[in-house]
Amino acid sequence: MEKILDQREKIISEANKFRWELGENLHDILMENIYENAAEIAKKAVKYPDKEIAFSFDRTLDKILTSKYLGFPLMFIMLGVVFWLTIQGSNYPSGLLSNLLVDTIHPVLRSFAANIGFPWWLSGVLIDGAYLSMAWVVSVMLPPMAIFFPLYTLLEDFGYLPRVAFNMDPLYKKVGAHGRQALTMAMGFGCNAAGVIATRVIDSPRERLIAIITNNFSLCNGRWPTQILIATVFIGSAVPAYLAGIVSAAAVVFIAVLGIIFSLLVSWFLSRSLLKGEASAFSLELPPYRPPRVLQTLYTSLIDRTIFVLWRAVVFSVPAGMLIWLVANVTIDGVSLANHFIQYVNPIAFVFGLNGVIFLAYIIAIPANEIVIPTILMLTVANLGIQGVGAGSGVMFELESSADVAAILQAGGWTILTGINLMLFSLLHNPCSTTIFTIYKETRSWKWTLVSTFLPIAMGLTITFFVTQIWRLVTN
Amino acid sequence: MINDNCVNCPAHNLSNLKKLGIDMSSFDYVVALAGNPNTGKSTVFNYLTGLKQHTGNWPGKTVTRAEGGFEYNGKKFKLVDLPGTYSLLSTSVDEEVARDFILFGQPDVTVIVIDATRVERNLNLVLQILEITDRVVICLNLMDEARRNKIEVDARTLSKELGVPVVPTAARQGEGMNELLKYIYEVATGAYVCKPYRIKSRSKELNEAIDKLSKEIQQEFPNLPNTRWVALRLLEGDQNIINAIRNGELGNLNVQKIVELQEA
Repeated sequence: MEKILDQREKIISEANKFRWELGENLHDILMENIYENAAEIAKKAVKYPDKEIAFSFDRTLDKILTSKYLGFPLMFIMLGVVFWLTIQGSNYPSGLLSNLLVDTIHPVLRSFAANIGFPWWLSGVLIDGAYLSMAWVVSVMLPPMAIFFPLYTLLEDFGYLPRVAFNMDPLYKKVGAHGRQALTMAMGFGCNAAGVIATRVIDSPRERLIAIITNNFSLCNGRWPTQILIATVFIGSAVPAYLAGIVSAAAVVFIAVLGIIFSLLVSWFLSRSLLKGEASAFSLELPPYRPPRVLQTLYTSLIDRTIFVLWRAVVFSVPAGMLIWLVANVTIDGVSLANHFIQYVNPIAFVFGLNGVIFLAYIIAIPANEIVIPTILMLTVANLGIQGVGAGSGVMFELESSADVAAILQAGGWTILTGINLMLFSLLHNPCSTTIFTIYKETRSWKWTLVSTFLPIAMGLTITFFVTQIWRLVTN
Repeated sequence: MINDNCVNCPAHNLSNLKKLGIDMSSFDYVVALAGNPNTGKSTVFNYLTGLKQHTGNWPGKTVTRAEGGFEYNGKKFKLVDLPGTYSLLSTSVDEEVARDFILFGQPDVTVIVIDATRVERNLNLVLQILEITDRVVICLNLMDEARRNKIEVDARTLSKELGVPVVPTAARQGEGMNELLKYIYEVATGAYVCKPYRIKSRSKELNEAIDKLSKEIQQEFPNLPNTRWVALRLLEGDQNIINAIRNGELGNLNVQKIVELQEA
């Protein structure tokens, strides 16, 4: 044993001795050697064109897309066009789907259940709860996702996202974060859990933590439909009809940009308080632009993203639908559980310009942001006891168009202020449970997981509080 | 005679490619896919396995390993898509994944995908990998972009210099994939013996130090491949490696790491 240990220590001390002799800059010498060798070999095997024609198209395009003055405006315009197409394109197919799934299939299922003698509570839980919530999620989410994701993927394939990161990089550096955080933030626009995993490209643990905590400020695809729908219902309807599409799209872009601003502010705050340190340097490679392969992009974005995300939403909507039906139908003293909660919380929520329904919906929707809107609508109807919509209390019902959504929400006492606050709160609240779990897996720390979970809620409540108070001061 | 020619022709062999997707039961060889970010590793991966792993035109798309399988000439291959890295000498998690797998996972073949429009910079990684493993096939990808930009890359010269097969490809169009398969097969089965280029240092002292240390490490840990690399890390004062030598973990590192990597 002794001898073995001696042998090992000998190797180590010998290495130390060599290191002294070779000098401290061994690493640099080594890297230099590698570079020299590589250059030598490349010189023999590669011939570049005499004139500088290489990459001339790429360079011109880069000059425009990453230019000091045009870079950001072009970014906002591109984002705006994507949302506008999504908003304009998804209304009609959404109506079709809800016609099919809710108006046609739902009654068939109900009468089938009645015929084979299901007890009322069983057909309630299964058909009015689980099936309807799933149908709702599909008809609300599938069309916008089927438009948004392929567009986003085309931009990604073309090579635009690294340019976004390039534009953002100086800002992130200024706030003491890693420039690659811009990339992980862009990933978060698809899915926050994926964005959190993507932070592995950041090698400094300090900067990686900042990127993880702030990833939630990227609106994820579970929240896009909420933003788009509420913007259409409340913001779009506040302006003349011919402007509605553009103004709603602009409102969504505004919220998305607000998210980026918050991610910068929080990064700045963290890197000056809890996670002190200097930004480390890195090199960001701008890949060549590549003509996107449209068909393959459509295929992969539909399979990988649209169906994947939709499936997740459906899976979570089934138990959530059952739960909603139960809290709306199980009563204490003749009042449903949902109503008890809503009445109790309403006065508190009022301070933030929200309401008890929204709070309850956000608790039920912790597993998946996708089901927030269906839950809110269902609870509003149940709470008001609106007749003639859907099939009774605790039933997620059909909505022909966004005008119906507006009618129900207004009946529930919603104003444009509630809409704005919901958009803000949807941006600033806890990440979904999948993301929280991913954060724990990546950080292995309860402390940072809790910070990532509760910091956005605290911010959301603060912001909605001030917006509400100022709004009331101004409008009174 | 005709038969022989057919067998040697890659076009014939492509019909022998069976894309196995994620079915990787009882494979004969493990093939690692390494390279700089954004050189098309995932495209090559998808082509060979028939999987549709999302590819994206941005560096750092693949941060974890993806695995798939294919069958060629009756042999089953497991293909592991590693995160893109510029070097094996840094410390970020994604680069560690790549380095550890090549170092300790002991793939039968490591395919390094390089960008034909940026050969010189890509060679930095190639040279580092050639220090760790002998069995390498270089996939000189994005030849279509190189042609578009009028850059000429002589694959044969490159192959002669590096001592390993170099296959020009354009994976997005499926160009050159037959040959790539052929060389993966030959290197895996030992039909093609690589004579990898070793980094030449002008410093005689450095060369001597590496030689001496790697010999001693070899004696102490006879199962360890790539002792040259360990010696180099030791000279650089890599604390992980020093600890691993001190407590003897270096000897078990192979077995341990393989288990870990398989579980990961």
